[in-house]
Amino acid sequence: MADLESLTRSALDEVAASKTLAALDEVRVRWLGKKGLLTEQLKSLGALPAAERPAAGARINEAKQQVESAIEAARELLSRAAVEAELEAGRIDVTLPGRGEARGGVHPVTRARLRIERIFRDSGFEVATGPEIEDDFHNFEALNIPADHPARAMHDTFYFPDGRLLRTHTSPVQIRELRKGRLPLAMIMPGRVYRVDHDMTHSPMFHQVEGLVVDEQVSFSHLKSVLQGFLRAFFEKDLRMRLRPSYFPFTEPSAEVDMSCVFCDGAGCRVCKHTGWLEIAGCGMVHPNVFAAAGVDAERWTGYAFGMGIERLAMLRYGVNDLRLFYESDLRFLRQFGAA
Amino acid sequence: MKLSLDWLKESIDPVLVPAELGARMTMAGFELESIAPAAPPFSGVVVAEILAAERHPQADKLQVCRVSAGGAELQIVCGAANARAGLRTALAQVGAVLPGDLRIKAAKLRGVESAGMLCSAKELGLAETSEGILELPADLPVGTELRAALGLDDTILEFAVTPNRGDAMSMRGLAREVGAITGLTVGGVAGATAEGLQGGGAIPAVAASHAERAPVTLSAPAACPRFHARVLLDVDNSRPSPLWLRERLRRAGQRSISPVVDITNYIVLELGQPMHAYDLDKVAGGALTVRFAAAGESCDLLDGRTVPLAADELVIADATGPVALAGVMGGMRTSVTPETRRVLFEVAWFSPAAIAGRGRRHGLTTDASQRFERGVDPEVGRLAIERATALLLAITGGTAGPVETTEVPGVDGGAIRRASLVTLRPAQVKRLLGLELPTGRIVELLQRLGIEHVAQATAHDAAGDALVFRAPPHRFDLAIERDLIEEIARLEGYDAIPVAEARATQAIHALPASVLEEQRLLDLFAARGWQEGVHFAFCDPALQERMFPGVASHRLSNPIASDLAVMRVSLWPGLVHAALENLRRQQGRVRLFEHGVVFPVGAPECDRIAGIAVGTRRAEQWGEPSAATDFYDVRTDLEALAGLVESSSALVFEAGQLPCLHPGRSARVLRDGQAIGWLGELHPSLVRELGCPSAPVLFEIDAAALAVGYPRYEEVSRFPQVRRDLAVVVPEEVTFSALRDGVTSVSSGLMRHCFVFDVYRGSGIETGRKSVALGLIFQHKNSTLTEGEVEAVMSSIRATLKERVGATFRE
Repeated sequence: MADLESLTRSALDEVAASKTLAALDEVRVRWLGKKGLLTEQLKSLGALPAAERPAAGARINEAKQQVESAIEAARELLSRAAVEAELEAGRIDVTLPGRGEARGGVHPVTRARLRIERIFRDSGFEVATGPEIEDDFHNFEALNIPADHPARAMHDTFYFPDGRLLRTHTSPVQIRELRKGRLPLAMIMPGRVYRVDHDMTHSPMFHQVEGLVVDEQVSFSHLKSVLQGFLRAFFEKDLRMRLRPSYFPFTEPSAEVDMSCVFCDGAGCRVCKHTGWLEIAGCGMVHPNVFAAAGVDAERWTGYAFGMGIERLAMLRYGVNDLRLFYESDLRFLRQFGAA
Repeated sequence: MKLSLDWLKESIDPVLVPAELGARMTMAGFELESIAPAAPPFSGVVVAEILAAERHPQADKLQVCRVSAGGAELQIVCGAANARAGLRTALAQVGAVLPGDLRIKAAKLRGVESAGMLCSAKELGLAETSEGILELPADLPVGTELRAALGLDDTILEFAVTPNRGDAMSMRGLAREVGAITGLTVGGVAGATAEGLQGGGAIPAVAASHAERAPVTLSAPAACPRFHARVLLDVDNSRPSPLWLRERLRRAGQRSISPVVDITNYIVLELGQPMHAYDLDKVAGGALTVRFAAAGESCDLLDGRTVPLAADELVIADATGPVALAGVMGGMRTSVTPETRRVLFEVAWFSPAAIAGRGRRHGLTTDASQRFERGVDPEVGRLAIERATALLLAITGGTAGPVETTEVPGVDGGAIRRASLVTLRPAQVKRLLGLELPTGRIVELLQRLGIEHVAQATAHDAAGDALVFRAPPHRFDLAIERDLIEEIARLEGYDAIPVAEARATQAIHALPASVLEEQRLLDLFAARGWQEGVHFAFCDPALQERMFPGVASHRLSNPIASDLAVMRVSLWPGLVHAALENLRRQQGRVRLFEHGVVFPVGAPECDRIAGIAVGTRRAEQWGEPSAATDFYDVRTDLEALAGLVESSSALVFEAGQLPCLHPGRSARVLRDGQAIGWLGELHPSLVRELGCPSAPVLFEIDAAALAVGYPRYEEVSRFPQVRRDLAVVVPEEVTFSALRDGVTSVSSGLMRHCFVFDVYRGSGIETGRKSVALGLIFQHKNSTLTEGEVEAVMSSIRATLKERVGATFRE
């Protein structure tokens, strides 16, 4: 059976010579397929004496096996090479930027406002809003600021010819909510407010958030706790707070709220004018005259209110040093603030 | 209110360093606004006397002075015109250091030796401007340090006084507060009382030495129920005010004018009682009437203006007409001058209601009006007129007549606010403040403020422990229980109030799905490349009128600028302005949006969301061709908004026209059949006028119309879907929505989706027509569609489109 040996050798040579998986497949069909040259050898067994057949058959199968293994090994090698070639050809520059629309962003004042709303909502406060064009009653009269009251001089008011005005604070929303008569209540009232003032540190339009809590058992103690809790949550700092007696017509007692400077932690710096304190809010216990104007029984209910400038909170949190930037819509400024 | 610490100490010495006093006052409600030395640091300046002054041999404007400063005689060259023999002035000796780190050395001026410098007030930092060298009183000892001689090592504390505390707008008032805070007794001028006038007080009465009077008639008794007048004769108002007076005024931020004027100003600062001085020779008829202005009257004010008067404005009038706007400002016609010899002092009490707001009508906020509208102590007038008289006689010489006090009958019964009785229930202190205070402590704190505990009033309180207090006459802010509680809190200190967590009411708030959460809305736009802007709610009337011709807007009576004079009726004017500004700043691609209210006339304020996109579709980048952003880019973003809301009520865009939009590229946006906004390109003529490099796309949507539903599950069909494509050739003007309407009208509920995958014009299609390639997806809920069923639908679609829009079909 020298013939079988030389056939096997030829087959193995062809396997070795196959450079692609397709060529290798052809070799397999040629030698091991149904009509393959080695397969054909088995058909010749019938011509042999019966006694030789098992041995010859075994030799042929062994030869087939040998070629089969060689093909498998070659296939393995060729597949690996093919993947490697694909990898080599398919390299990209992963440092190139992604395609498509770049991200925009939410305005820093809105960001701050949404953060304020979130903090208070999580503490059980509702959020209410009111109109920006107001009447004298809601903006002044009901808030214990009668005509010719000296406090009106502190509110440089925009007026319309019909006597209505642009609200100078968010406090009129208090009156609107109280007059609905749904007590007890805990709410904040964010919104735009307007004063006739335009310079480095004043904008004719700005944002305030007003807080109001009315219940049967609320006191100045609770006001202190809510303000301190809010400031710590908003700034994520364990800051100190102090209340200074002050005057607002719609609260009594009234206080200005100072917090330890968020930049120097109270040590004194340029931002806090070396006092260690930053003025951040006004607050007080709702004045009985305000309750009376809103139809709330001051003998049964007590309430506290507070108000803050959202721009100021945003400036302190994001380190913005010029109020006017907020309203110029300079994209180079706005792009620094991502989504809320 | 500026307060000299030395002045205060004449009445009460708090024994605190100035900063500590300031801090204590701040925490009691009088915020320390500034603290400054009375004079900037300087050294080596002494009181000196000019012995002789001669013309400098080489210079006309210089004098060579021989000066004594206690030691050896010195030669000083001086350029001041008022340098003269006998004058006591300030000498900066060789080695002195003046403000601004100016070091004085021996010098030669035009050949003449000068051993120092004679100083002006300005050079010593005592005035902003000054003429000539300082003129010191002749009794200041030569050679003494000027700082000591003038008491310049004083501290000026400036306190903010809140509008409810007119009583604290004086040295006397602030001294009372210092007394209340420290518990010390107030003496001196600040502590002077009417009882002390007859002897033993810091302000004694000045006896009359002539009998001349100026009669006063009170014709508006509620507005002015009490008026003290006094005539002073042989006054020499041409003398300068003494240095101490000028210094006091300077330290309070005021200038010296003449002795008479200075004294009236000083009395306001010292006692809080505004007063006025008339040149009696100019008062027609020599008598005054206090009355409301008559129709058509006007008044020539001291500031040189003639102001028209209204019927609710109180005036002081003589026989010819108004000579002062009562409680606000005096008049020019009767004003005192250096030549004035006969002076009439007015110390009146005007009710706050009669003065409030009157000055502001004329743009005036004066020391007098600020105090009268807040309330002046009705009892201090008597002290003020005696104090002013004594000072005037000492400075200008002359003689005083009797104090003529005119009061309306029964004045104590009501015309002047009587010190009111206020009931306080101690339990309310705890209820409001959360601070437990014993009754004894409450009484003690209030007494420090002169609030007197007069009785126990059991009738007022179920608990039977109500207290009755009487507020002192100078306090106009103590009328109700709450006012007293505020005082208690203020004096005990807000720091003493404990911090207590509130018991939260466990109220569950409604969560309506119909309200679109603002944050989701904003984040959607932000995620799609839009940047939020916030713009003023008032805008340029010209731009708004150009964009919305004929649309009425609210016009402000007092805008800050003519281009911010009307309330916006749309967010677009603000956005267009902002986009243009950004283009000017070389930002080539702008995608700005805003969420805010607009102010239509005759309708409620309306919450809108709007945007402007201009420039390229995408920021310049690799792998994507650069193209200008257009209608469809922005439409996609709005459709995403609809997706946020509820998929079943998609937005519909139908061709519509607004004057500011390109008529062929603008759409009215509808949702559920309701018009909710606009999308379109800015009109080409506006693009040109505004100088936009390319046409911006604008949108504006009524935010309230984005009311949300919530999704409801619909069963997914388990049967296969079938797709058919249809190339429809139609005239240009046929819209996609017309095609889609045609398709859906006959697809008998089998169609799941109809979309466009190509729009083609050109070769093979006749001019004026376009080929729209539609992808149609069919599916049945309960069965597999057969070829026959699909074909039947397709042929009725073809027939309908042919009939409705003249469609032909390409294979």
